[in-house]
Amino acid sequence: MRESFDKQLSALSSELIEMGGRVEAAIVNAVKSLEMRDKDCILRAREYDREIDEMERSIERRCLKLLLRQQPVASDLRLISTALKIITDMERIGDQAEDISELTKRIAEYGSEVQLFNIPKMAECVIKMVGDAIDSFVRRDLELAQQVIAYDDVIDKLFNETKEELIGLIAKNSSYGEQFIDLLLIAKYFERIGDHAENIGEWVIFSITGEHKNDRIL
Amino acid sequence: MEKFEIRNLNLHYGAFHALKDVNMKIKERTITAFIGPSGCGKSTFLKTLNRMNDLIPECKIEGDILLDGQDIYRNFDVNDLRRDVGMVFQKPNPFPMSIYDNIAYGPRTHGIKNRSKLDEIVEQSLREAAIWDEVKDRLKKSALALSGGQQQRICIARALAVKPSVLLMDEPTSALDPISTTKVEDLVARLKEHYTIVIVTHNMQQAARVSDKTAFFLLGEVVEYGSTEEIFSMPKDKRTEDYITGRFG
Repeated sequence: MRESFDKQLSALSSELIEMGGRVEAAIVNAVKSLEMRDKDCILRAREYDREIDEMERSIERRCLKLLLRQQPVASDLRLISTALKIITDMERIGDQAEDISELTKRIAEYGSEVQLFNIPKMAECVIKMVGDAIDSFVRRDLELAQQVIAYDDVIDKLFNETKEELIGLIAKNSSYGEQFIDLLLIAKYFERIGDHAENIGEWVIFSITGEHKNDRIL
Repeated sequence: MEKFEIRNLNLHYGAFHALKDVNMKIKERTITAFIGPSGCGKSTFLKTLNRMNDLIPECKIEGDILLDGQDIYRNFDVNDLRRDVGMVFQKPNPFPMSIYDNIAYGPRTHGIKNRSKLDEIVEQSLREAAIWDEVKDRLKKSALALSGGQQQRICIARALAVKPSVLLMDEPTSALDPISTTKVEDLVARLKEHYTIVIVTHNMQQAARVSDKTAFFLLGEVVEYGSTEEIFSMPKDKRTEDYITGRFG
């Protein structure tokens, strides 16, 4: 009984790692395309999003089957419920990477060379956060999960700086207003991705300690 | 309020140390589940709660078991104790007599002769055990003709007929099909309103479904005792975790 259960759990972990890899790739695609002003990025972004959605379905199915067949308790219950929670955040990250690519397409079509401010730096930070969040789940690493949560402040700071800069620029030169607003939206999407990575970190902590945001759920 | 308080309980069967330093408080009107592998002492412990071990030769008990503050091994008449602390066993064991006489048996031995009083007790007990509607038209028929699940509820009704305050249940559904099991579990949940219930079960899901608190026994010790939700979501002891997740051994 336990042997096949353990096999299923390790298959679940593999699927989560794979989905995490896809999500990271989607963010990398979004930021690279932005830097290169690549109009076609949206096609790749849609493909990533489709794959990520499929992986979410597959993991959900696996988790529900495990709940049905194994009626897990203790660490097994926490692990499976955490998997079900974090795939929702991962899927949202996939959506946001696609949203960024939609905006990138428009920015590329403007044809002008607007600077990107802190955005590439924000992208770099969220890629690290998402990667660490998934790693912390797979390795059951409490400290790393806590680091992910703390790191969200860095993203928030970068976002606020970007926002201030863009506000100043819009005031000075309103003819580029639309592009600046698009950039602000992109920055906001990266900031939201950071929030989702933070959510993942919080659920990883639950899976290890039974506490979610310092609160005992059961 | 505490129904039972068990302090430093040790039980030996001859040279075998079956229960080791058990300490436990059981609140009234709660459901407590005892879990653990076969031979861990959970049924032995259950039996000490109404002195069913008294007649076992070479059984030596040390420590205190207080029921409503009274030491059951020192200050209690064993008949009074067993009236107040009822027991339901794994295998339904109705007496080979009519349904009515099964339920009336206890009250009669306690001196109730009045027919209408007995009728009232029988009906009330069968209603409480959620089996009245199924048997009200055949009270004079043999209890042995009923299905296993019905027989078990008859046994519960029989235990309730003497108006106990505690019901001890030793794997009460292990011989029943899923529908009868659900009926007994629902019944247990309802009985909690008036009774303190202690249930020994090998079915982990059953413990998780019905109980407020769970105690995990291993090799005669209580390894962990706490809220059922806590035990089944975040057990403190690795041995509990290993047992309930099936990694034991």
